[in-house]
Parts: sequence; C-alpha cells; structure tokens
Amino acid sequence: MKKEITCIVCPKGCLVTIDDANLEDISGYSCPKGMDYAKNELLHPVRTVTSTVKITGALHDRLPVRTSGDIPKELIFDCMNLIRSTKVTAPVACGEVIVKDLFGTGIDLISTRDAESIV
Amino acid sequence: MGKIYDVLIIGAGVTGSSLARELSRYQLSVLLTDKENDVSCGSTRANSAIIHAGYDPEPGTMMAQLNVDGNRMTEDICKQLNVPFKRVGSLVLAFSEEDLKTIKKLYDNGVANGVPGVELIDQKKLHEIEPNVSDEALGALLAPSAGIISPWEYTIALAENAVRNGVDYKLRFKVENITREKDENGETIFTVTAASGEAVKARRVVNAAGVFSGEIAKMGLFGEDCELGFRIIPSKGQYYLLDKTQGKLFDRVMFQCPSKVGKGVLVSPTIHGNLIVGPDAVNVEDADNTCTTRDALNFVRQAASLTTDHVSYRDNIRNFSGIRANSDQSDFIIAPSAVEPNFINAAGIKSPGLSSAPAIALKLVELLAATGIVLDKKDNFIETREVIRFRELSNEERAKLVAERPEFGRIICRCETITEGEILAAIHSPITPVSLDAVKRRCNAGMGRCQGGFCGPRVLELLVRELGISPADVLKDRDGSWIVQLRNDDAIDS
Amino acid sequence: MTIMNTNYDVIVVGGGPAGLAAALEANKNGAGRVLIIERDKELGGILNQCIHNGFGLHFFKEQLTGPEYAQRFIKMLEGTGIEVKTDTMVLAVTPDKKVWAMNTEDGYCCFSAGAVILAMGCRERTRGAISIPGERPSGVFTAGTAQRYLNIEGYMVGKRVLILGSGDIGLIMARRMTLEGAKVLAVCELMPYSNGLKRNIAQCLEDYDIPLYLSHTVTNIKGHSRLESVTVSRVDEKLAPIPGTEMEFDCDTLLLSVGLIPENELSRNAGVPIDGRTNGAVVWQDRQTEIDGIFACGNVLHVHDLVDFVTKESMTAGRAAAEYVKAGGFAKPAPENTVSLCPGNGVSYVVPQKIAIERTEKFVEAFFRVRTTYKNSEIVVSADGKELTTIAKDQLLPAEMERVVLPKAMLEKAAGSTITIEVRQKGAN
Repeated sequence: MKKEITCIVCPKGCLVTIDDANLEDISGYSCPKGMDYAKNELLHPVRTVTSTVKITGALHDRLPVRTSGDIPKELIFDCMNLIRSTKVTAPVACGEVIVKDLFGTGIDLISTRDAESIV
Repeated sequence: MGKIYDVLIIGAGVTGSSLARELSRYQLSVLLTDKENDVSCGSTRANSAIIHAGYDPEPGTMMAQLNVDGNRMTEDICKQLNVPFKRVGSLVLAFSEEDLKTIKKLYDNGVANGVPGVELIDQKKLHEIEPNVSDEALGALLAPSAGIISPWEYTIALAENAVRNGVDYKLRFKVENITREKDENGETIFTVTAASGEAVKARRVVNAAGVFSGEIAKMGLFGEDCELGFRIIPSKGQYYLLDKTQGKLFDRVMFQCPSKVGKGVLVSPTIHGNLIVGPDAVNVEDADNTCTTRDALNFVRQAASLTTDHVSYRDNIRNFSGIRANSDQSDFIIAPSAVEPNFINAAGIKSPGLSSAPAIALKLVELLAATGIVLDKKDNFIETREVIRFRELSNEERAKLVAERPEFGRIICRCETITEGEILAAIHSPITPVSLDAVKRRCNAGMGRCQGGFCGPRVLELLVRELGISPADVLKDRDGSWIVQLRNDDAIDS
Repeated sequence: MTIMNTNYDVIVVGGGPAGLAAALEANKNGAGRVLIIERDKELGGILNQCIHNGFGLHFFKEQLTGPEYAQRFIKMLEGTGIEVKTDTMVLAVTPDKKVWAMNTEDGYCCFSAGAVILAMGCRERTRGAISIPGERPSGVFTAGTAQRYLNIEGYMVGKRVLILGSGDIGLIMARRMTLEGAKVLAVCELMPYSNGLKRNIAQCLEDYDIPLYLSHTVTNIKGHSRLESVTVSRVDEKLAPIPGTEMEFDCDTLLLSVGLIPENELSRNAGVPIDGRTNGAVVWQDRQTEIDGIFACGNVLHVHDLVDFVTKESMTAGRAAAEYVKAGGFAKPAPENTVSLCPGNGVSYVVPQKIAIERTEKFVEAFFRVRTTYKNSEIVVSADGKELTTIAKDQLLPAEMERVVLPKAMLEKAAGSTITIEVRQKGAN
C-alpha cells in the first residue's frame, strides 16, 4: 500500500510517497536523507527526545536534556519516565552524559547547556 | 465577647473604601470587609474610569450635588494619596439636530448643577481641538472639569490609607446573614456572619455592596414586614482597551449623547496612556459574570465608529466587562434602612458613583453622626501616601534612586517599565496582594501590551519569595484561579 | 549625582541569537569596543526555553536544540573582548546613539555608541489582540509563557489543554505538554492551512494523535476562576464563526499561538521609521534603519521561521555596523542610486525595503512572505511595471519565508525606481 510520510529531517518537510510492500517504490523526497527517513519510518520509526531534568544548585531548577541520537518511537514515554526520576546537581556542562545507554539502545541522555553552580 | 466595631462597612469598592478613609480620621474602630480576596474587585475595577463633570444628573437631585462635589474633591484626594488623575475635560458629541438639543439640555443641567466652565462649541472649534473626531460631529458640549483616573489605584490607595490609619480589613468575607440585638444600655449591636461562618459584631453597618447592595439591604430589614423600596438591576458594559500607540487619538473623553441605558459609548484616553472604547449596556441576571461576548463587542466597535474611524483594533490589548449597580431609582439610594437607623445603605451607586465617591463618603459620615456616633478627630491621622513610580522620574532622580536602592534598578515589567522595587513595595503594601492581578492593580506590572506574558512568571517568583508561599498558591485573580501546579517529581520531593 | 557614561563602538540591544551574531560579527570586522546588553539574567534569549531540537541545520549543518544553538554563540564570545551586561534593561535609545540602561550593579547609565544594533526580538500576540470573548479565568496562556513556566521554571501549567494557533510554538507545546503527562485535546487553527512547519505537524501532532482543526477558532471561554471549558467554532471563508458548529472542550488550559509581533517600542521612541507591514524598522540591505548608525536585525525586524536566518541577517547587520563605525558613517546615497522594494500582489512584506546600489557587492537577498497558500505559481520581480525575472514555485505558504536574489546588474538597471515582488498564478499572464 502507498503511504505518505512527511519528512522531519529538515524544515522543508517533504511529503514522501512510499509503498510499504516495496520500499524502493518511493518518490517526493528531495535528498538522500529524506529517502532514508521515509524507509526507516516504515520499518522502525525513531525520534530524538528533548525534555528537562531537575537540577539543584543552578540558576534555574530545570536542566534541558536530549537523547544523543534517535531512539525507537515506542520508547519515548519510557524515556520520559526515566527523565522524570532523574536529578542532577550543578555544575553540568553542555553535552555531559546524564544517563548512559538508554534502555540498551547505546544512546545517552545528554545535557544541552552549561549549568554553572551558583552556590 | 470579641471586639465590637463602631462601624462595619460591607464592600470595599470605591464607596466603601472612601468611607473607610474618611472614618479613619476619627477615633472610631472601623472594619472594612469584602467578599473577594482584594479590595476594588467589583464595579470599581471595571468601568470607564472617568471622573464625570456633573452635567448628566437632573438638577436638584442628590446625585447632581454629589457628582459635582465629588469631582472637585477627587483631585485633592489623588494628590494626597499619590494617585494618577488628570483633568482632561470631556466632550459630548452631537451628530444630529436632536443631539444638538440634547447637549443644550446637558449644558443647562451643567450650569444649574454648578459644573465649572461648561461650554457649547461648534463644529469648527471641535475639530480644532480634537482633529480625529468624525466629520459627522456637528458640535459638542465641552466640560473642562471631567477627568480620567485609575479607579482601582484610587480605591486601593483609599483603603490602604484607611488601614494605615487604623481601620481593620477582612477580605474573603462574604456576608450571608446579619442579626441585631440590644446591649445592656439598649444600644443596637449587629452580628454580621460570613459564608465562612466567621461572625463580627458592630454597632453600625454601612452597606456599600455595589451590585449586591440590594441583597445586603434586604438583610438590613431584619425580617420585618417592610418593602425595600428599590431594586438593583445589574447592567453589564463591555470594553476594548487599546495599546498606547492608540492613546493619543484624543486629548479628552469623547462621549456620544446619553440614552436611557447609559452615557453612551465613549472613546477616551486612559490615565495610563491607553485608549478605552466602550461600553454597551445590557441588563443581566448574574451580577458576578463579567464575560464578554462577540456581539456586544461588535456593537461597541460599531457605535464607536460614529465618533471616529481612526481606532486600530489590531492594537487591542484587552477586552473586559463591568457590571453597573443600576437600580430602578433615578437617584442614588443613600439612607438608613426603613426599620433600623443604625444600618445605612449606600445602594444603587451607579454612574457617576466613582466621581461622587468622596462626597458620598461625607454624606455617609453625616448619616452616621446623626445616629449618635461621636466624631473625635485623631491627631495622628496620616493624610498622604508615598509611591515611587520609576517611569515618572527624571534621569537624575532615577540615577539617585537606583544608586541608593538597587532593587529599583531591575525592570520586571518591560511594557510598563515597572521595577522590582515597585513590585516589592506592592507586595508589602498594607493590604497584601495574593494574585498577579492584585500586584498589577497596585503597581501596573502586567497591564501593558504583552499582558503579563513576560513579567507574569517573574512576579509569581517574587510573590513566592516574599510571601513564603508555594507557586501553586499564587493566583491570577480570584480564589481558585491557580496559575501553575508543581510537577509530580517536585511534589514527591517536598 | 553623575550618571555613568561609557563610550562603545557598537552597542547591541538584546543578547538572543540576533544580538549574539551581530556582536560577534561586528567584533570580527574591526569594531573595537562592543557591548551586548541583555535584560534577562543570561544570554541566549528565547532559545533557552526552546529545548526542542531542529535548530542549526542551515548554519551548523546539524540538528541542535535551542540552548545548544545559543551556547555555541555564547562560547564564541570567549576571548573576543566583547563586553556583556546581563540583567540590564535598556530604557531608551536616542537618535544620536545614546543608550540609557540600568541594572542593580552599575545603576542608571547612559552609554554612547558609534553604532547601535537593535536586536530585541518579538513578543507574542495575546488573547486581547484577537479579542476572544468570554470570562477571564486563569489558565489562558500564550504558548511562550507556558513554555517558560514549564521549561525554565519547572512548573506544569495544566492537565487538559486546548491550543489555538498552529504556529510552530503551538505545535511544539502540544508535544511538550503531552510528554509531560498532560492531555492535549486539539489544536485549532483559524486559517484553512497551518502556520507551522510541516515536519512539526508530523512529529508534534500526528505522532501523538492530536487532532488539528483547520478553519476553527475559539469563540467562548468559561470559568469563573480557573478555566473550565472552551467553545470552538468552525469559521467561514471570511473567518467568521458559523453558528451551530460549536464544539465544547472541557479543559483547564488554553494555549495561544496566534502570532508574534516585533518588539519595537525602543525603536519607535528613537524615531526609527517602522514598516506597518513587518512591524519592524524600514531598513537598507545592510539592515541600517533610516536613522544613521542604528541597525536592526532578527525578529525585531521581521518575524523569522528559522533561527539560522536570524543569525545570517544579524551577521550582515554586525558587519555593517563595524564598517559604519570604521568609516565614521556612510554617505547618503543619491536617490538615483537607490532602489526601493515593495510587496506586490499576494506578498505581505519585503525586507529590506531599500537598497543602496553602491553598497551592494554582488547581489542583495530580498526576503518576503506570501499572503496565502499558492500552488503552481511564480514569483515575479519587476521594476516600474517591467518584469526583471520570474521564479517558478510549486508551492508557497505564508508560514515559510521566501527569498529572491537580486543581482547587482539587475539593481543597476532598476536604479532610482521601485522593484515590486509579487505572486502570479502560472498561466494567468
């Protein structure tokens, strides 16, 4: 069956048409990344998760974090539960690993900013 | 037995607060109450914010006298209490032969009522002094003594000053029942009970309950077989409040000719430099429901387009509605209850109630005196109130202030240029604000074009820090109007 | 009392993405003493609360979150000698480039600058701006305010949410609130098309089965204290609500993502002429306003879709400000050596509004937005009625900023005249 998939790789948002029975029957993409995205989206969709964790000793009470790469879509809410129970203490550097190897995916949860200690 | 107040005032709007301040000059124990969580929450906070000149009321009525006297007194009170007020003058526009007759009649009223400086002006002069008025306007009645004011800052200032001079206040005190008994000397003592169950005793009660003054007045009949003699007919008016970019459209308050239902739709600068357009007038059942409606707002725009078509409604920053405490009487109802001389009504205080408030307060003091209350002046009465308004200071004054008090060096509300120092002063003012809107009413933070979008979170933070309360307990306005909840993970934490 | 007065070559008002890029580029191009004044406690501006990813693909060729994007520029400040004052508010900018500012440490100050770059960003349109009728309970937030409460302060703003406006902030907040355990009932959009990026519709709404109601708006708000319910109605072609189409949503939160307005109060008070179409300053191609030595860039000039373009535009402004200071000012170009840019049919605005041909190196990029959606159309560039070029476009959306390149040769041909940019349906000529 033909499926229409909006590519989320870049702001352009190409509408890619792909046959789920024949992944090579694909059109509408405007770059190789878009083609890969659409194929992946049918086989095993993945997303980057961004959120915040509790931080103490910094200017704000929350530290923004993200997954260091894409994780399987079905793990998003498990990932959020893990994030909710995670706490860190300042200082934290941008890119610092907050949780290593999320659910055996090899993907880490990392900080997305510096948070200096203010105490 | 607990304290017995000399006077208990029901309703902390402009009437109740004016009276409280007036009574605080004397050696009396006074309690000012209101059902809401702040003063100035009823009709007082949502109206056209005009101090009317006094040409509307019929000559010879109590209203005519109180309006003209009140107008005159307002300026002094505002000076004493540091409340923004400007005598900008008003114009009533005539668009037809009939309107010309109406403004002539208003002119005659004005002269008879003793309104200073009223004048009929022709089309040419009208367009000279207000170039943005519609070409359709044929002439106008000019009343230079009309003014614009911030009704809530005014009322808060009155109540604050009363409290500084010893008046007690009780908020969230919704009066449900009033009983009376005689003490050992045969003097009447009232027990005023609130919905919360809390009861307070007083020797005199003044009903200044605005749109609810009918209900309170009924309690003042104490079950006796007697007609109230009047009925409150709440009337809703809806408004647009526009950005300061629109505030210079007119110098004066621009009225259209009054009709049976009100003073007509006006277009006016506000004391804060915005433009106000409204109101309509529709009788309503629910005196507490200040919702706005698309139809009424469209009506207001339509009606205002007669005055000018220069208003850019794209620059609207807020719509609101207020409920007038109209009654089936043409005059204010300011008199003791028919059955109880020590229970005094100030009911049906409709427009021009705001303008008349200082005079109404004096009238009520007179009525109280007539009941035998002794008016001995305090010698330590504080007549003035200090307020720092950073935006009104000169560069030199600003530099000096910030050097001495660094908290005035941080702007929290960027639209209105309100400093942290002003917000702290508001939070620690005599009547503690518990909501973002209460802070706004005291110092204007959040009343600008972003409507608190930027400063809301920061004012919330200051309320939490200064009052030691949870963020979840900071209100937007009324009780129950929570803004944020704690996150589950935080809640488990603490 | 003497008021502190320091001289700078370039003062940048605002330390968000626009201000950071402008300051760095001014510094790189030889402006000696550069000062960034930021009202918040830290640099980065609104990016700090935009914790989602999707930033930087054009500029850094990788996907970054807002804080990461900001951090890259903040890091670049190190060692440049650019001075930064945070928690400092600019109260006025004067035409002779005095900047009145204050904070709790330095007090009330007046700085003098060779050039001023305005980079104050924008603010959100509120409930009042679109006159949504109803009661006035708490729980009605602009999406950005809710985002700040959630991502910076760490509070929840509600549990059952309706969102009006399908701009990117609205879509991003739909996903964000869902991830944080709230139920997002729907996103409503007044227009028959979304104002957000398509990929945000896919990854923020479709991923979480959040319905998008196009041609719908909020027509009533109920709740005496906290929001209790919201009425949504379908609208007709004139965007008027259709009676009988009301849907009632029980919710405690309404988020508004109904547009952004460049924040130009300082600019207006400085006497900078404002274009009513962009709500930003009228600028030359180097982002100089009509007041000599005052420049504007980023969302204070016109609302951008992508921060990458804010950065690029601000670099242009920063470079020009440095040149302005070094040259001791730019000579006023003679009218016959200038070109005006003007939006034509189907185009809502064009930036820049003016071009000085002598100051053009090879070309000028003109940015613009279309008024409505177009399929299979073309962009027509013409000078005084004469077509200069046409560019075919499969699809045009108001949500996406468009761009045409005007080569210097074309500008020279049009010297002294007005270039109009318009949309033409193909085959309609």
